[in-house]
Amino acid sequence: MNIIEARKLVHEYFRRDEEGNVEGIVTALDGVDLHVKPGEFVAILGHNGSGKSTLAKHLNVLLRGSEGTLWIDGKDAMDEKSLWEIRRNAGMVFQNPDNQIIASVVEEDVAFGPENIGVPTDEIWKRVEKSLKSVRMLQYRGHSPNKLSGGQKQRVAIAGVMAMEPKCIVLDEPTAMLDPNGRKEVLDAVEALNREKGVTVIFITHYMEEVIRADKVYVMDHGKVVMQGTPRQVFSQVDVLKSYRLDVPQITLLAYELQKAGLDVPEGILTREELVEALCRLY
Amino acid sequence: MSIILDKVNYIYSEGTAYESHALRNINLRIEDGEFIGIIGHTGSGKSTLIQHLNGLMQATSGGIYYNGRDIYEEDYNKKELRSKVGLVFQYPEHQLFESTIFEDVCFGPKNLGLSKKEVELRAFSALRSIGLPVEYWYQSPFELSGGQKRRVAIAGVLAMKPEVLILDEPTAGLDPKGRDEILAQVAAMHQELNMTILLVSHSMEDVANYVGRIIVMNQGSVMMDGTPREVFGRYQELEAVGLAAPQVTYLIHELKKNGIPIEAEVTTLEEAKASILQVFEGRGKNQKQGTKQEML
Repeated sequence: MNIIEARKLVHEYFRRDEEGNVEGIVTALDGVDLHVKPGEFVAILGHNGSGKSTLAKHLNVLLRGSEGTLWIDGKDAMDEKSLWEIRRNAGMVFQNPDNQIIASVVEEDVAFGPENIGVPTDEIWKRVEKSLKSVRMLQYRGHSPNKLSGGQKQRVAIAGVMAMEPKCIVLDEPTAMLDPNGRKEVLDAVEALNREKGVTVIFITHYMEEVIRADKVYVMDHGKVVMQGTPRQVFSQVDVLKSYRLDVPQITLLAYELQKAGLDVPEGILTREELVEALCRLY
Repeated sequence: MSIILDKVNYIYSEGTAYESHALRNINLRIEDGEFIGIIGHTGSGKSTLIQHLNGLMQATSGGIYYNGRDIYEEDYNKKELRSKVGLVFQYPEHQLFESTIFEDVCFGPKNLGLSKKEVELRAFSALRSIGLPVEYWYQSPFELSGGQKRRVAIAGVLAMKPEVLILDEPTAGLDPKGRDEILAQVAAMHQELNMTILLVSHSMEDVANYVGRIIVMNQGSVMMDGTPREVFGRYQELEAVGLAAPQVTYLIHELKKNGIPIEAEVTTLEEAKASILQVFEGRGKNQKQGTKQEML
């Protein structure tokens, strides 16, 4: 059974002027189909305003669709009664680390989630320790979050979600505000959770380099899913991606340019190692 | 005409438990019309440095000279300095507030005390130079896309007619197309208006593509200062401080390590493509001749 199953999901909202009169209808999601198996690492790409964040907010029912169906871990997201269960099973991490940390000590921040869902105290501390360890932030448990770097804060936010022991974690551009080091820390932590704990990951980003190890990539444009496949399948279509205001990793682009110039380089090269190997073979 | 920093030091909360030395003995000379990239990891002093350049922060010791004049002199007009050295902060779109885009861009020059006509002329030319279509000008800035909002915020600074434009991570959070649009716009302003540009960025690829000089900051000091080739050629040292060279630089070095005789000083995709093709072209001819002979 798929852990996330969206069929023809539509989200419409009214655009209003200053007096509150309806100016028009915006279709932020337009018939989205999304199928995610348990344990998968799924990346969602799309330009600013393509509907990625709206989709993410549906996955833990911060928003509800106007049409279509969405099932998360066997629960109907349209059903009021399953709201809390879904939120517990689909944790969410947002873009700005400063907006999602609330406590004055790291470990208390991580404890906030499990405390809210009524986990017994002993169990809370066990979970706090386990989740801080899983993002390699255990040595900061007694620190004040505001002295941490962006990447560290974001890892604390991820630990906070992990402490609720969700089956699935949705990250909405978690690296957009970080420097290259912070981005790597966060990506490594998320990949480790996926690999070692089997947590299903939905990773939304603008950085093409971050999704080359994903199991599956979805590309969104104007509220629709316009491309899907493995990173190799998606990134081999350089011109199509560009038409959606996106890009490919620099190495993929170089391989594509070399191919256009007549070199016999295979399609959909993703990493430096692959290109070095391909060129050495040609030489 | 230039900006000179002479032994600039800046210490936060001096004399308290939180004392931290944010800038250490900075000596720099920034000439007119340069396009400079400033790189360094978070906390390396980049933001502190750029805020010194328009007098928002005052050095604990050392001097800063703008066009030959000491900006710390008592009668120096700091307000004028700030209109000459425009600073675009991170996420500048958060600073948009007027009800129309045009009024928002007028805000800066209006505060310089210019006539209404001059203010509007400047807003016109600033909006034109960021390439936003006229039909948007009298709409609310809040209905624009992220990249468009950011360009409007940059126009607000351009309308002050700065001689030097400093941008602190202007592409953070934008999609790839939005990123390319902003950088192309900045490069065009550099060319057409002959503006001095300082670009703070985390993207080595962006820096390599656009700038002529890179300043690497580390722990409050200038660690390297040179052309992209000089700086990225020292990629091992960059890695030691948590930075990196563009992906293509590594690629070419690895090819060379694998015995392919290739020009190794490469920082952009175009350069990489050219040097790879150059290597293979020589061989390609041989291969073609080979096949011809086989056919014969």
